[in-house]
Amino acid sequence: MRLGLVIDLDVCVGCHACAIACKEWNASGTTAPLTDYQPYGAKPSGVWFNRIRSYEVGEYPHNKTINFPMSCMHCEDADCVTVCPTGASYKRAEDGIVLVDQTKCMGCNYCSWACPYGARELDRESGTMKKCTLCIDRIYDTFMPVEERQPACVLTCPAHARMFGDMDDANSAVSVVIRERGGYQLMPELGYNPTNHYLPVRKATPISTENLGKLGFKGRLKGVVNKVVKR
Amino acid sequence: MRFWCANPKLIPIFNMNAIVKIENHDNQEIKFTTCYMCACRCGIKVTLEENKVRFIQGNRNHPTNQGVLCAKGSAGIMKQYSAAKLRKPLMRKPGAERGTGEFVEIEWDQALDILTERLSEIRSTNPSKLAFFTGRDQMQALTGLWAQQFGTPNWAAHGGFCSVNMAAAGLYSIGFSFWEFGAPDWDYAKYFIMWGVAEDHSSNPIKIGLEKLKRHGGKFVSVNPVRTGYSAIADEWIPIKPGMDGLLALSVVHVLLSRELFDWEFLIRYTNSAWLVVDTPGQKGHGLFLRDEQGNPLVWDMEKAGFVNALDKDITPALFGDYVAPDGRPVRTVMTLTAERYLDERYAPENVAQECGVSAETIERMALEMAHVAFKETVELDIQWTDSWGRQHDKVIGRPVAMYAMRGIAAHSNGFHACRAVHLIQIMLGALDGPGNFRARAPYPKPIPPHQLPENNIDIINAPNTPLSKTPLGFPTRPEDLVIDKQGNPLRIDKAYSWEIPIASHGLMHMVITNATNHDPYPIDTLLLFMSNMAWNSTMNTKNVQDMLREKDPAKPDQHKIPFLVVVDAFHSEMVNFADLVLPDTTYLERHDTISLLDRPISEPDAAADAIRYPLLKLDRDVRPWQEVMVELAGRLKFPAFTNADGTRKFKDYPDFIVNYERAPGIGFLAGWRGKNGEKSLKGEPNPKQWEKYIENESFFAHHWPDSQKYNRFANKEYLDIAADVGFVGKSEPITMQIYSEPLQKFRLAGQGLYDGPQPNNPVDRERLAKYFDPLPMWYKPLEQERVDGEEYPFFALTQRPMLMYHSWDSQNVWLRQILAQNYMYMNRGQATRMGLKDFDWIWVESHNGKIRCQMRTMEGTQENTVWTWNAIGKQGGAWGLKPEASEAKSGFLLNHLISELLPAKKGERRITNSDPVTGQAAWFDLRVKITKAAEGEVGSWPEFPAIKPLPWDDGERPDVLRYSTRTDDDKQS
Repeated sequence: MRLGLVIDLDVCVGCHACAIACKEWNASGTTAPLTDYQPYGAKPSGVWFNRIRSYEVGEYPHNKTINFPMSCMHCEDADCVTVCPTGASYKRAEDGIVLVDQTKCMGCNYCSWACPYGARELDRESGTMKKCTLCIDRIYDTFMPVEERQPACVLTCPAHARMFGDMDDANSAVSVVIRERGGYQLMPELGYNPTNHYLPVRKATPISTENLGKLGFKGRLKGVVNKVVKR
Repeated sequence: MRFWCANPKLIPIFNMNAIVKIENHDNQEIKFTTCYMCACRCGIKVTLEENKVRFIQGNRNHPTNQGVLCAKGSAGIMKQYSAAKLRKPLMRKPGAERGTGEFVEIEWDQALDILTERLSEIRSTNPSKLAFFTGRDQMQALTGLWAQQFGTPNWAAHGGFCSVNMAAAGLYSIGFSFWEFGAPDWDYAKYFIMWGVAEDHSSNPIKIGLEKLKRHGGKFVSVNPVRTGYSAIADEWIPIKPGMDGLLALSVVHVLLSRELFDWEFLIRYTNSAWLVVDTPGQKGHGLFLRDEQGNPLVWDMEKAGFVNALDKDITPALFGDYVAPDGRPVRTVMTLTAERYLDERYAPENVAQECGVSAETIERMALEMAHVAFKETVELDIQWTDSWGRQHDKVIGRPVAMYAMRGIAAHSNGFHACRAVHLIQIMLGALDGPGNFRARAPYPKPIPPHQLPENNIDIINAPNTPLSKTPLGFPTRPEDLVIDKQGNPLRIDKAYSWEIPIASHGLMHMVITNATNHDPYPIDTLLLFMSNMAWNSTMNTKNVQDMLREKDPAKPDQHKIPFLVVVDAFHSEMVNFADLVLPDTTYLERHDTISLLDRPISEPDAAADAIRYPLLKLDRDVRPWQEVMVELAGRLKFPAFTNADGTRKFKDYPDFIVNYERAPGIGFLAGWRGKNGEKSLKGEPNPKQWEKYIENESFFAHHWPDSQKYNRFANKEYLDIAADVGFVGKSEPITMQIYSEPLQKFRLAGQGLYDGPQPNNPVDRERLAKYFDPLPMWYKPLEQERVDGEEYPFFALTQRPMLMYHSWDSQNVWLRQILAQNYMYMNRGQATRMGLKDFDWIWVESHNGKIRCQMRTMEGTQENTVWTWNAIGKQGGAWGLKPEASEAKSGFLLNHLISELLPAKKGERRITNSDPVTGQAAWFDLRVKITKAAEGEVGSWPEFPAIKPLPWDDGERPDVLRYSTRTDDDKQS
C-alpha cells in the first residue's frame, strides 16, 4: 500500500482551508503542538505541514494564477530518511507514510536540507523536526466514522481539490483520476519518486458561436411579427 | 492493512520503527453548531475536550457546506482563544477624554442601569434620538424588532455599505437576488459568469460549486479587474475596468437583441415585457403602465385584438408593438422600449469596448456563448409541475447559464443599475430559477418589490413610548412611501428614504457618524453600535471619522456632538476605544443564536433551512450574549411585544423568546419542529422543546422541496400555495419579473415635476431623480469620477478581503495572520515598469480626500488602470490583542482614508453622500487615485496612529511563543 494525496490544480482556489485544517488537527495530533512564533507580534510565523504557494504564469492579460499546495510527498526514495543520523526519520513499510519519531529526532536539520520540496518544519521549541503525517492518527482511528478517516486537509477542502488514497491499487479513486486526468509528480527528475500527484489545469472546450439567431433585428423591429404565446 | 488488537481504542500502529497512538477520545464530546467566522453560516462539528476546543470541522449533513469548511471556519479555535476578547463591561473613565482608551470596569447591573436610564429617557421624549446600527449582524429580525418596539426609525444593519445594491436590484427586478436570496444551480450549470468579487458570500457553496461546474465540463468566466481568489481558476478572465460592468452587460443585451436571441415564452409568461407603457413625454403619467379601472396593468391581446388585463389567464400578449389606449394616449410595450433602447449603437460592442477595457470581439463572443448554452444546450428534466394558472407541465426547461455577482458591482454608485442590467441578461435568456441557472432561496421569490414599507408616519415616529407600526426598513414603491417630513426633510439620521436616497432599503450606516456629528438632519443622543468597526476599517474616511467621534459640541462644551456612544463587541476593536460604555459579547461558541427564515436564512435552492447556535463552552469571563442583553433591555423598557398585560416580562431570556415569540400565528424565528410536539414544519404553535430538537438534529433544520416545487417558483402553484401558507408571500399568485420598473419611473416623474403627489423642492434632488431613476437599466459614470479629474487621478483603486478572512471578525487570529499580516498596494507589472516602480517600493497614494503611504507589489493579474489592496489588514497599534509593533499596525494600511463618505463639493449644492443615488450603497469602489514613489527614507505606513492603550484587565504582555494543544501526555507518541 502506498498512501498519498492527489491535488487538483484546476480547481484549487488557494483558499488555505487545507492549511488551517491541517494546523488545527495536528496542533493536537501525534506530534503536537505545532509551535507559533510571535503570534501577536511583528512577524508571526509557525510550524505548518501544508503551505499554499501561488504563482502567476503568462503575461497580462493572458496570465493565469496557479495555487500550489505543498506538503510532504511521502517519496518512495526519500532522501530525508536516508540522511537521518538517528533513525528518527522513517518510511513505514506497510503504507509508505514518512514520519519522524519525535523521541529520536535531535533536530539536526539534515532531512530538511535533503528534502527538495521544503516539506519539513523544525519546531524550535521542541527541537524536533515535524511534518505531514497524512493524519495517521485519523486514517487508522477506528473510533471515527469511516468516511472521516481521511487527512484533515482532504476532508475540509471546499473545492474538493484534494483526494487521498492508495496509489498501489490501480482501481483506487486516486489511481483512476491520475490516469484519466494526466496526474503528475512534482520534479520527478530528481528521482525521489514522490507519492503525491498533481492534476493539471483542464483545457476548456470552446463553445460554438455559429448559427445563432438572425442578425439585423433592429431593422426588423418596426414591423416585427409577434410570436403567439399563451400566458 | 491488518488490525489485530482486541481493543481498537488502544490500537498501536506497529511498524519496524515506532508506534503511533491514536488519540484518547474518553474525555471528548462532539457537538454540532453553526459557524460564525463569516457570513456563510456553515454547519460545524466541534470536538471538545474538557471545555477546550479540540477540532472544528464541517458538518457533512448540513445543506450549506456539506462537510467542507474554509480556513476561517477551521481557525475558529484561535478566535475562541483570542487575546482580544473583552472580559467585563467598561465605562469611559470619569474625566478621561473619549478615544484615549481610559476605561474602568463596571458590573453588568450598573452597565444595564446606566443604559436603561438613558434609553428610557430617550424613549419617553424623542425616540429618534437613539440610533442603533449593527455590523456583522446575523440577527436583523431581532434587532429590527427591538428598534421597532423602541420606536426609533434609526436602525439598520451594515447592508448600506455592503449588499443593498444587489438586494434591491434583485428585489425590484426578479423577486430574488444575488447576495443571499439566490444561488447558481451548480448541478446543471454549463456556463457560469462571476461579475466581480464574490468571495464574500456563500463562500463554501461557491467553492463546492465551481469544482462541480468544472468537473462537468462547464465554462467559468470571471469579469473582474483583478485575478485573485476564485478568478484564479476561471477558464476565461475578462479584466474589465472598475465600474463598467453595467455597460458591458448592456452591450451583451445589445448583441442578444440584434440577433433576436431572447426567450419569447419566458418574457411573455413571466415578465412585464408585454405590459403597455404610456408614452406621453412631458406630461403627468408618462412612463407609467396603462391600467384598467381596477389598477391592473394591460397588454394587447393578439387574438382578441384588444386590451386585456395582463394578469389574466389564457391571454395572448403582444411582446412588441405601439398602440393607442381607449383614452387616446399612445402606449408601447416594455419590450419595444427595451429593444429600442439597447439596440442603439451606443451599446454596440465596438462603442463600449474602450470604456470597458474589453474588446468588442470578446463582448460579442461572450454574449453568443451565453446564447448558445442557453438555447442550444438546454437542460430538460422530466419533472411534472403546475403553473400558477393551473396548467400541468411534464417537463422543466433549464437554460443552464448561471451568474453570481456581489461586491464588484455592488460597491459602485452605478451598481443598482449595473445589477439590473445583469438581471436583464438573465431575463432575456430565460435563465432564472430553472435547472442550471440562478435559482431562488426560500423565503424568496417575493412580490416585486416585497410588500413591506418603511415606517413613515411622523406622528408615530415622534410618539413617546410607542412602537413603530411597521419596521424601520422596507421597499418604497412611490414618493408617498419616503420617510420625510412635510417639508421634505429626512426623518432618519442616515437620510435613508429621503429624496437624496429614496430606495435605501438597508439604510446608510456609513453616513450615521457624519450626519450625527453635523446634526444633520438633527442631533441624536445615543449611538449604539453592535459588532461594527466604524472607527476603522468599516468606515469611509477613517481618520476624519475618528476626529468626529471626539468632536465636542460648541453649544454644550461638556458634551460630544454624539453625546453617548455604546459599543457592543466581543473583541477589542478600534471602535471599542471610542466607547463611553462597552458591553462585552460572547463568542459564537458560547451563546444561543438563530439563523432565521425571518432574517438572512441559510436556505439553498433545494431546501428551506434555518439553524441555531447554542453554548458549547462554559464562559470564563464576565460577558453576556447581546441577544440576551437585548431581551433584558426590552423587558426593562417594557416594550409591548416583550411585556405581559400585567406589566411583567413576557420572556425569561433569549431562548424563551425564540420559542414563544410569534410574528404571525404559527410563525416564529425557527421553522423546524414547531407544533406542541414538534411535529410541524415551517408553521405551527410554539414547541417548548424546540431548542432540544434542533440540538438533537445537529443544530439545523431543512425542508427539502419536492421536485415539483423546485423550479419556476415565481409561477409554480404548488410552491406558491405553500409559500403563502407559511408566510413567505402574502398570497399564491404569480410573481411577474419587472424589466421596466414603475416605482423608479414614479420617482423620476417626481424629479421632473410631473408626479401627482409629493415632489422634491431642491433642484439637486430633482436632477438626481430625473437622471438616475430610469425605469430601464442604465449605465452612467460613477459619481465621484464625474467630479475628479481623471488625468490627475489616473488609477481606479479597489479593496477586497482575502478568502481566508472575508467577513471574519478575525484579523487578530493568530493562525490566519501567519498567512497574511501585511497588505500591499498591487499594481499591474507592466504599468509599474513604465512608471519606474517595482516590488516593495514605498509609494504615496493620493485621492481628492487625502493621501496615504504604503508599500507596493506588482502582479500580472491586475487591470492596467487599477490598483488594489487587501482591506482590514491594517490595524491601529494595540487593538485586537496584538502587540503595538504588529506588522498590521506598522506596515499594514487602510485605503479607507482616501475614500470620502461625501462626494467632492460642488458649487451651489449641499454635500451629497458618496453612494448609489438609488439605494444609498456606499460607493467604495468609485475611488480614483494618483501614485508617486516615496522619497528615499520615507518608509512605514502613513498616516500613523498612536497605539491604543491596553484595557484594564490586560497587562499588555503577549507570549512570543504559543503552543496550543489539547493533546495530553497520555496521547503522545511513546
